[in-house]
Amino acid sequence: MDKIRFATVWLAGCSGCHMSFLDLDEFLIDLADLVEVVYSPVACDLKHYPDNVDVCLVEGAVANQDNLDLLYEVRRKTRLLISFGDCAVTANVPALRNRLSESAAGVLDRGYLELADTNPQRPYAPGIVPELMERVTPLHEIVPIDIFMPGCPPSADRIRATLEPLLQGRTPTMAGREMIKFG
Amino acid sequence: MAVRTLKIDDRELAVEAGTSILEAAQEAGIPIPRLCHLEGVTPVGACRLCLVEIEGLNKLLPACVTEVGEGMVIHTQTAKLQEYRRMTVELIFAEGNHICAICVANGDCELQDVAIQVGMDHSRFPYQFPDRGIDLSHPLFAIDHNRCILCTRCVRVCDEIEGAHVWDVAQRGPDCYIVSGLNQPWGEVEACTSCGKCVDACPTGAIFKKGSTTGEKHADTAKLEFLSTAREKHQWTR
Ligand code: SF4
Ligand code: SF4
Ligand code: FES
Repeated sequence: MDKIRFATVWLAGCSGCHMSFLDLDEFLIDLADLVEVVYSPVACDLKHYPDNVDVCLVEGAVANQDNLDLLYEVRRKTRLLISFGDCAVTANVPALRNRLSESAAGVLDRGYLELADTNPQRPYAPGIVPELMERVTPLHEIVPIDIFMPGCPPSADRIRATLEPLLQGRTPTMAGREMIKFG
Repeated sequence: MAVRTLKIDDRELAVEAGTSILEAAQEAGIPIPRLCHLEGVTPVGACRLCLVEIEGLNKLLPACVTEVGEGMVIHTQTAKLQEYRRMTVELIFAEGNHICAICVANGDCELQDVAIQVGMDHSRFPYQFPDRGIDLSHPLFAIDHNRCILCTRCVRVCDEIEGAHVWDVAQRGPDCYIVSGLNQPWGEVEACTSCGKCVDACPTGAIFKKGSTTGEKHADTAKLEFLSTAREKHQWTR
């Protein structure tokens, strides 16, 4: 049987969900037998998201143009997309700036001008530094999602309980405190 | 004592007239999700989580403010109710700014518990990200309106048990908020006795003790029930 083509993606999040994924410890060894990691910031060097991915965990909200482009590409090329962690599911901490009326400009001004100790200046490098979106958004407000795995971060146990059934061709049951508690 | 006989989820029950459907269900061990209901203060029917179906009625009624009637046939767990409850919880989350990961009540929050109970793994309603404030003017406590679900438990507990009536509800619709005194900073409201009952009444992390950080709030709602039982029935039991 062909190995499951598996990917993980990191958008606007702190990488905590990926750290929790690495907390899977020895299960990672079992996982490596069953899947081929075709794209991942923690487990693969490829720079471009490949075609025909079976399962992808997407951490983080959509906060800038790069996040948005990558999310569309991921959805197009992936069979089963998992919204991975609270930033992906609710926009969470990255969305704190949404309540500002000019949220993109407001957060940059605060961070780079008002709080700067030296050289106050807004980062501006079109094509290199991606533009911020006006509103930070959870994934499912942009593309259809197949499975939601909340948690900040989801514990390694929760990640395992989600992935294990999938690897055996079953759908995990996302219910109960162990699986869907936020935070 | 007048008695009413009724059926809840196919269970035959006989309860005292005047009992609410919620209390009747509770006595029979039938769980109905609730958020605004708090033992010891007057029910108000604010959160709509406790809606039930009553045969012969074409609208859903909140169990906490509906009295049992003779011969009522009540359903608490139909597919329609479950769907509406989940929608209600999603709307509550979408309406405020609930960032559980950095909340004082994370892990001990009635809103979080209810979300798990109704199976909410995400909100189908777009988050509103309202611009709400935080009042840190009180020496001991604080209110973060971002986490307030307008259940009015704080209003009722302060009015009915403490007798200080510091809180009220201001404005309407999405502009609604819990107001202290005559729209003053909490710390300037002389009527506040700093008893902390609103901290224990609040089902979320909206009202908390200053200095608590993530996951450090543990509200003692049972204390409020104890106080009202002690006062009204002269029973000091807990
Ligand atoms: S009040 Fe409850 S639901 Fe809201 S952020 Fe805090 S823990 Fe989460
Ligand atoms: S502050 Fe707490 S108790 Fe008061 S209305 Fe808001 S959620 Fe309810
Ligand atoms: S508990 Fe009945 S409406 Fe809130």
